Amino acid sequence: MASISVKSIRLGSGAGYSGDRIEPALALAENGRLDYLIFECLAERTIALAQQQKAGNPNSGYDPMLVKRMKALLPICHKNGVKIISNMGAANPVAAMEETARIARELGLKGLKIAAVTGDDVLEAIEGGDYRFLESGLPLSKLEGRLLSANAYLGAAPLVETLENGADVVLTGRVADPVLFTAPLIWEFGWDMKDYRLMGQGIVLGHLMECAGQITGGYFADPGYKDVPNLAQLGFPIAEASSEGDFTITKLKDTGGQVTLPGCKEQLLYEIHDPANYLTPDVIADFTGVTMEEIARDVVKVTGGMGRPKTGKLKVSVGYKDGYIGEGQISYGGSGALERARLGLEIVRDRFRLTGQEFREVRFDLIGYNSLYGNRLAKGSPREVRARVAGRTDDPETAAAIGNEIETLYTNGPAGGGGVTKSVQAVVAVQSILIDESLIRIKNHYTQT
Amino acid sequence: MKLRKLAHSRTGDKGNISNISLIAYRQEDYPRLVEQITAERVKAHFREIVHGEVVRYELPLLGALNFVLYDALGGGVTRSLALDKHGKSLSSSLLDMEL
Repeated sequence: MASISVKSIRLGSGAGYSGDRIEPALALAENGRLDYLIFECLAERTIALAQQQKAGNPNSGYDPMLVKRMKALLPICHKNGVKIISNMGAANPVAAMEETARIARELGLKGLKIAAVTGDDVLEAIEGGDYRFLESGLPLSKLEGRLLSANAYLGAAPLVETLENGADVVLTGRVADPVLFTAPLIWEFGWDMKDYRLMGQGIVLGHLMECAGQITGGYFADPGYKDVPNLAQLGFPIAEASSEGDFTITKLKDTGGQVTLPGCKEQLLYEIHDPANYLTPDVIADFTGVTMEEIARDVVKVTGGMGRPKTGKLKVSVGYKDGYIGEGQISYGGSGALERARLGLEIVRDRFRLTGQEFREVRFDLIGYNSLYGNRLAKGSPREVRARVAGRTDDPETAAAIGNEIETLYTNGPAGGGGVTKSVQAVVAVQSILIDESLIRIKNHYTQT
Repeated sequence: MKLRKLAHSRTGDKGNISNISLIAYRQEDYPRLVEQITAERVKAHFREIVHGEVVRYELPLLGALNFVLYDALGGGVTRSLALDKHGKSLSSSLLDMEL
């Protein structure tokens, strides 16, 4: 693979989260002249929910959108020679691989090699261990019986191996998000994973790309201050990377959105704490030397990412059952809306006291603008107010009492209360621990169509 | 003058920690942001919401500041009781601060 001349590859980002739009990914696969199309679909707690699903059915536990995405994208990617990398394997990458192969066969796509990376699930390895949560400082042992999942954020090495073995589609569970992008860079360019400057710059690329539309104008518009054209047809980003590490971010010409310096700067700092110490499994990335330049319309060049040797520790997301959240809402409008909404909340507070309902935590909100009368009929200040109560409980019955007390305001509360909604939700919470990377047991799986 | 005239901002969340970037539209306004928008002022601005420390990082090459707000998200997106569990709207409130 090692080549003396500078080489470049094109990576597309096809999703910033599981439920993201599919058309922008289709456009990229069709017209992006891509080498890889990458889908980051695994939010913090998704894997804990997927783990519960897998417990009920051993063939499930992968991303709920996998089938729809693969049906839409496999034919185009196969035709254009675009490789797919995604964490849509969620809690069950092997089942995701089998399902993807089934879809490929159904579509008559021959000669596709599909890989699954496992080893991120460390629940058994950490159970009974002496760990403390980074967020709360509580020992892991406090959650005995409530643990649902523990998944380590893996580095690029296992993904690189699947590419080396000729995989066209790579499905993982939990890996550090930017790793979905650094793996093809490492493989295509023969990067030494101990070259921390290149690895750091690779993380900058992955970090900028992993939220898809957030770097092409999504999550950016502020009318009159920061206007963005045609967000309904937002184009997703393409990174063109050179073997030296420099890269540009761009998008397809006939799509909505924009690639600008301000948008790229916002995304560089998105979900970053200390920009000199961004911890990833393969490198401690340093963003403080990054420079960006708009070299053409919708083309931003990025250089200067740096890095230092990895810590040898991996972050593990631990999912656990954390009781229930009960919620209720009711709206009041016209003159006196705020006073009546406040009275409604006062009544609910009194009811909780009188009926002896106690919550681990409860909050009272006043929401609203124009949901009741449209803009023309709205009068008074504020025009309308929606009272909301949400509380945390240990059992679903107590959680239900919250919405029920809001609902009784229909006939027992202030005048003109309408539009009650209520809900009870089982909470799956997530906190993190650090483990030694030597605890990880990676296994790569393959199937062919 | 509202901060919104000179700078733009984006919020991110990780667990119970929020980070809010503050980026000057024009590089020449960056020193003013550094001088006036201190971690102490941001902590005071969000005092009803943010219960932990506020740490500020400087990125002069990008004309940007990054504020990290601890104990800011009611336990984080997976367990918060708030309507905006990610705290995505916090950036808009930061831009309402006066210079």
